[in-house]
Amino acid sequence: MTLIGYLLMVSGWLLAIAALFLLTGLGQRLAFVIAALLVELLGLSLIAIRYRSLQRGPA
Amino acid sequence: MSIDLCLISIILIPLAIAGLALIHQGLGRSRSAAHAMLATLCSLAIAAIVFTLIGSAWAGFPGGQAHTIHIAGKPIDWLGAEPFFATGLPSSLLHGPYAALTLAFGIFAVGLASLIPLSSGSDRWRLASICATSALFAAIIFPLFAHWVWSNGWLSQLTPLFGLPAFTDAGGAATIQVLGGLTALSVAWILGPRQGKYTDGTATAIPGHNIVHVLFGCILALIGWIGLDSAASILFYRASYPQVILTVINATLSASAGCLAAVITTQLRYRKPDASLSANGWIAGLVAGSAGCGLLSPLATIFIALVAGTLVTFLVETLELRLYIDDPGGAISVHLGAALWGVLAYALFAPSTNSRTALLLSQLTGIATLLGIMFPLIHITHRLLNKLIPFRIDADGDWQGMDIRELGAGAYPEFVVHADEFVPR
Repeated sequence: MTLIGYLLMVSGWLLAIAALFLLTGLGQRLAFVIAALLVELLGLSLIAIRYRSLQRGPA
Repeated sequence: MSIDLCLISIILIPLAIAGLALIHQGLGRSRSAAHAMLATLCSLAIAAIVFTLIGSAWAGFPGGQAHTIHIAGKPIDWLGAEPFFATGLPSSLLHGPYAALTLAFGIFAVGLASLIPLSSGSDRWRLASICATSALFAAIIFPLFAHWVWSNGWLSQLTPLFGLPAFTDAGGAATIQVLGGLTALSVAWILGPRQGKYTDGTATAIPGHNIVHVLFGCILALIGWIGLDSAASILFYRASYPQVILTVINATLSASAGCLAAVITTQLRYRKPDASLSANGWIAGLVAGSAGCGLLSPLATIFIALVAGTLVTFLVETLELRLYIDDPGGAISVHLGAALWGVLAYALFAPSTNSRTALLLSQLTGIATLLGIMFPLIHITHRLLNKLIPFRIDADGDWQGMDIRELGAGAYPEFVVHADEFVPR
């Protein structure tokens, strides 16, 4: 789960950079960069959830 | 550029370090107070030496040498290529003091940033691993991002590369505060909570041992922050004299607004103002305001700091109660949360001739880089470092306190500490 979190965060950054290289419209770029940030936040959330479940112990 | 003004500003930065050190040790337990202060000194010492010998070569300075790669025909400046061990410094002084001033600023900036994780790892983080983490931070993590933002790296070259305004970080909100905050988050996750912090899934309040130190540290931090914001603005954004004066005004306003927001929020939520959260609000205001210091109007700065001061009180609670992150000094909320808000808020309030959307896109690209590249780099390298030099003190040390366990003597030997002093009577 943590590994998937890392991969999602890096993927989000690659998405943001790809948007800057490949798209020209300001609106399109902004939409892709916001989407990229959401992917990164999803990755961060996965790492946080994994940590929280470890601290709480088995239910 | 005014060399004298820049030098005076740089000389003030250690007061911010002293302020943060007092805040960190005051918010920790009394049984770890001496350890916290010694860790501050060691961290600062290691960061200064490692950054001068290794990190400064990769951080570089505007107009210095750099490694460049070409992607889709665009030259991406990704790493400084100055000589190691600062051997290029004597010859660069012949052409002016700019490189030396940048190095002096970098030493204090990396020292300040490397202190931030000490707060989240307070009361359980071993001194040896603190030193190793500071070395890693000063050698690789800070120089990489500092080059991208402040030394003509790709984030400061968004205009020629992609037709966007450059990513702006006038006072180090991203380069110093967010990087420090991300490291603090990583350290808190690796260390886990202090023993006794969570019992059956319920958080126990472990109050700081000296709130007077904490509040005095806030005053020192303000003076240091004025120096930090001014020096960065002069060195990397060619701030004029009036802009430096505006930086001084904005720094004071942001600390004031952040603190008042936290005082009012805690008064409304808990019926009494909370001193430690108000101190966090003061620092959160400074942190958020540093993103656009000297570039934003006083009114915008006050608004940004008010939001930061309010935000930090909720973030501290969310991290502690919902995410089980034990951060004794609130470093993650203050340095990561408030700084990210400050970086974003710059795009919303900056007086700019560019389109607001373009400015927002630039700032979001910087934030995406911090979260998408810098955090995985920080967390993975810290986890590897934890395998080599375990971060966490053993269970006995956790109860004894770091002073006795690692230093052999307490900070307050004449005081008797009762184990049950916080038990309700």
